[in-house]
This record gives sequence, C-alpha cells and structure tokens, in this order.
Amino acid sequence: MDLVQRAREGDRRALARLITVVENQEPEAVDFLQEMYPHTGKAQVIGITGPPGSGKSTLTDKLVKELSKRGQKIGIIAVDPTSPFTGGAILGDRVRMSDLNLDENVYIRSMGARGSLGGLAETTNDVIKILDACDFDYIFIETVGVGQSEVEIINAADTVLVVMVPGLGDDIQAIKAGILEIGDIFVVNKADREGANKVVLELQMMLDLKGEKSGWETPIFMSDATESKGIIEIVDGILEHFTYLKQSGELWTTRRNKLEKELLAIVSKKLYTQMLQRVKQEKKLNEYLDCIMRKETNPYSVVELLIKDLMPR
Amino acid sequence: MVEKRIRVLVAKPGLDGHDRGAKVIARALRDAGMEVIYTGLRQTPEQIVATAIQEDVDIVGLSLLSGAHNHLFPKVVELLKEKGVEDILILGGGVIPEEDIPFLKENGVAEIFTAGTPTGKVIEYIKSKL
Ligand SMILES: Nc1nc2c(ncn2[C@@H]2O[C@H](COP(=O)(O)OP(=O)(O)OP(=O)(O)O)[C@@H](O)[C@H]2O)c(=O)[nH]1
Ligand SMILES: [Mg+2]
Repeated sequence: MDLVQRAREGDRRALARLITVVENQEPEAVDFLQEMYPHTGKAQVIGITGPPGSGKSTLTDKLVKELSKRGQKIGIIAVDPTSPFTGGAILGDRVRMSDLNLDENVYIRSMGARGSLGGLAETTNDVIKILDACDFDYIFIETVGVGQSEVEIINAADTVLVVMVPGLGDDIQAIKAGILEIGDIFVVNKADREGANKVVLELQMMLDLKGEKSGWETPIFMSDATESKGIIEIVDGILEHFTYLKQSGELWTTRRNKLEKELLAIVSKKLYTQMLQRVKQEKKLNEYLDCIMRKETNPYSVVELLIKDLMPR
Repeated sequence: MVEKRIRVLVAKPGLDGHDRGAKVIARALRDAGMEVIYTGLRQTPEQIVATAIQEDVDIVGLSLLSGAHNHLFPKVVELLKEKGVEDILILGGGVIPEEDIPFLKENGVAEIFTAGTPTGKVIEYIKSKL
C-alpha cells in the first residue's frame, strides 16, 4: 500500500514520513499532494499567533485537550524560526504540550520556517492539506508573531486567534497595528497577571474604532492557560466562528480567494525557476559578464537581452 | 528542489530536574544546521517514542544524569522496535559510567557521549552516520 493510503488509514509513521517528503520538497511530493487533494477541505484551520512567550503553546495544549475530550481529531503544526546563518532551528513548542504526546486523537508536528521570511514555512500550506486529507477535524498552526510576519497566517487559516498578554508596554501599539486586521478571535492570556483588564479594554476600543467589516463580531476572551481557566469559552468561540463562516458563505469566498493566490504563487515559482535555469545556461552569460566588467555595456541592457532571448518568438 | 535537514529529537527521560546539558547539545546541533526538537524534562519512554515517530526524526538523543540509563535507554529502543521503527539512530549522553557502555550498546544504543564530550565530536559522529 502506498504512503498516502497508509497515512489516511491512521498509520502515524506513514503520515510523518509523508510530511517529511513534502517538507523537503522531494520529487514525489507533488504526486502525493495530487492524490490527497480530493480529500481536503473539511477541516477547520486555526492559526494561533502572538508575541514570543505569550503562551501560544500552553493555550494550544489546553484548547486541543478540550477538543480531544469532545472526541475530535486534531493536528498541530508548530512553526519556529530557522537560523538564517546555519539553517538550523530549535523547535521547542512541544515542551508545553507533553500531555498530548500519547493522545490518540492528536498529531503534533514541529516545523522550522526554513528559507521563508514570514511566520510560516514555504510548505506549511501543503502540510495542512496532508492533515486535512487524513481526516483531522481541526488543524492548529502555532506561529510567532513579530511585526509583519504573522500576516502570512491569514493565508493559511480559516480562523486566526491572536494571543495578547498584559505588560507588553509600548510595544502593544506596534503589535496591534498589524494584528488588529487579522484576528478573528482575541485572547488576553496570563489573565492572572496585573493589567489584563486594561489590555481587554484597549483592544475593545481599537476594535470598535476599526468597525466590523463583516457580520462577525470579534470576541475578546481572557485566559489563564497554565491553570486551564477560560478554555471552554475559547473553544466554543472557535467553533462558532467556523459556523459563522459556513453559514454566511464567507468560507467559500475566502477559500476561493486564497486558492487564487496559491495557484498564482505556484505558477510564478515554477516560471521563475525554469526561466532562471535557462538564463544560467545561456552560453553568452560569461561573455556578457566580462563585457559589463569592462564597462562596454551595463547590467540593465544585458537583462533586456537575456529576457528577449527567453521569450517565445 | 530537495531541502533535506537532519532532524534530531533531544529528550530527557527520567526524573532529574536538570536540562543544562541537553540544552547545550541542542544549541550546538542547531548551530550545525540541524533541526532540533526539544521536549523538556521528565519524558517517559512512551512519550519519547511517540514524539520521535510524529516528528519523523533521524536521531533520538537521550540525556540523563540520574543513573536510570540502564533501564530507560534500552526501554526506548525496545518500544521503537515494537512500533516497527529500526531506522532511527539512538544516542545517549550524560553521566554514564564507562562500565555501563557495553551493555547499552548491546541493547541498541548506537553511541554514548559521556558528560564533558566536546559537542563537535557529537556533530562529527552524526554527520558520519547520515
Ligand atoms: N502566569 C501565566 N503564565 C503562563 C500562562 N500561559 C503560559 N504561561 C507561561 O508563559 C511561558 C511561555 O509559554 P509558552 O506557551 O511557551 O508561550 P509561547 O507563546 O508558545 O512561546 P514561544 O513559542 O516561545 O513564542 C511559560 O513559562 C508558560 O508556563 C498564563 O496564563 N499565566
Ligand atoms: Mg510556543
């Protein structure tokens, strides 16, 4: 039996291996993704983002535990930054999710962002599809939000949950500017700490100013994730958002918009690689370089020549 | 476009409460370009095995100071075998007496790096095996 079939029948090793093939962009990856594609589209994809150390993993652990208790199957993808210098990474989110290791309903996968500059790896979307095709009901993606990078999460998730904490000081303004638009649900975690109410009020004020652009009224929850306080309300909020998306028809339109972006991204990547390959094979390339070095011509004119040569006549 | 990375699970079985050594090796492996899945203290062999499978790692590095290595290291190997996993390299580290090393190697631990081994040696070993 092939890897896809085994993974879809619940073989965790096959699932894990499948993800590796896709993550490494091995040649078979595309075949596997094609085979799985018809089985995708059922899961609710939930993005969890927020500043470093805000409690994203602890919160995910508790939310997932609650969903598992309700008999649901959950996949978690925890993305951490990759060192741009060495390509290595320490993926430490599982430290806060130890209890889920042995839960049969749960599969956790840590990913390095690898070459990607945003909060997700280039292949995170494909890994989501694998989990979706393997009949996980909910897929959580944890990603660190620092400045602009978290915006990527909206292209992957149906529901974006933004985790805030008291005591961020002035940073909060900067962070809020970007995340206000992307959050479908806000959670002020570490509510056991001083200042949580103030953060809720500030957030509420900013959301009111922004105004609702759709029929969804963005809720703000408080939680103390370490003590499992406030968890059930958040889980219910997540489920409500999916119901809203389905009933309003927004799920269809936003997924279609994302599909368009994804399709164009794949096309542009493929064109780019193929074209660049041909430029590199261009016999006159070395000659051009020498000419530019001798100032007989310039890079701008050469680029025009190279591109003209590539275009079909 | 293949972007293969070596993936290593650094795990601390047993009850001792120190993970300084484990963190040092985790950082060294990261600096050598590997992806290190770090799981924190007090993992049971069952948890370690489940994590190794889910994360599809190439290597499991077990670090232990408490002296229970003769029980815990072979247990991890055995549970992996039970799940049909025989292609993950198991390494041990920490405070481990010389006289225990042959027993551990007979029981499926590929190599032991006792406390104080330069991290460069571990990296060299891993790269030679993969
Ligand atoms: N007081 C308090 N501490 C919390 C709460 N939730 C999480 N923490 C602690 O905050 C620290 C960071 O928690 P994580 O869950 O690792 O946070 P994270 O956002 O996943 O961190 P990164 O993935 O490193 O960005 C840990 O020490 C947690 O125990 C909470 O509700 N209250
Ligand atoms: Mg985390």
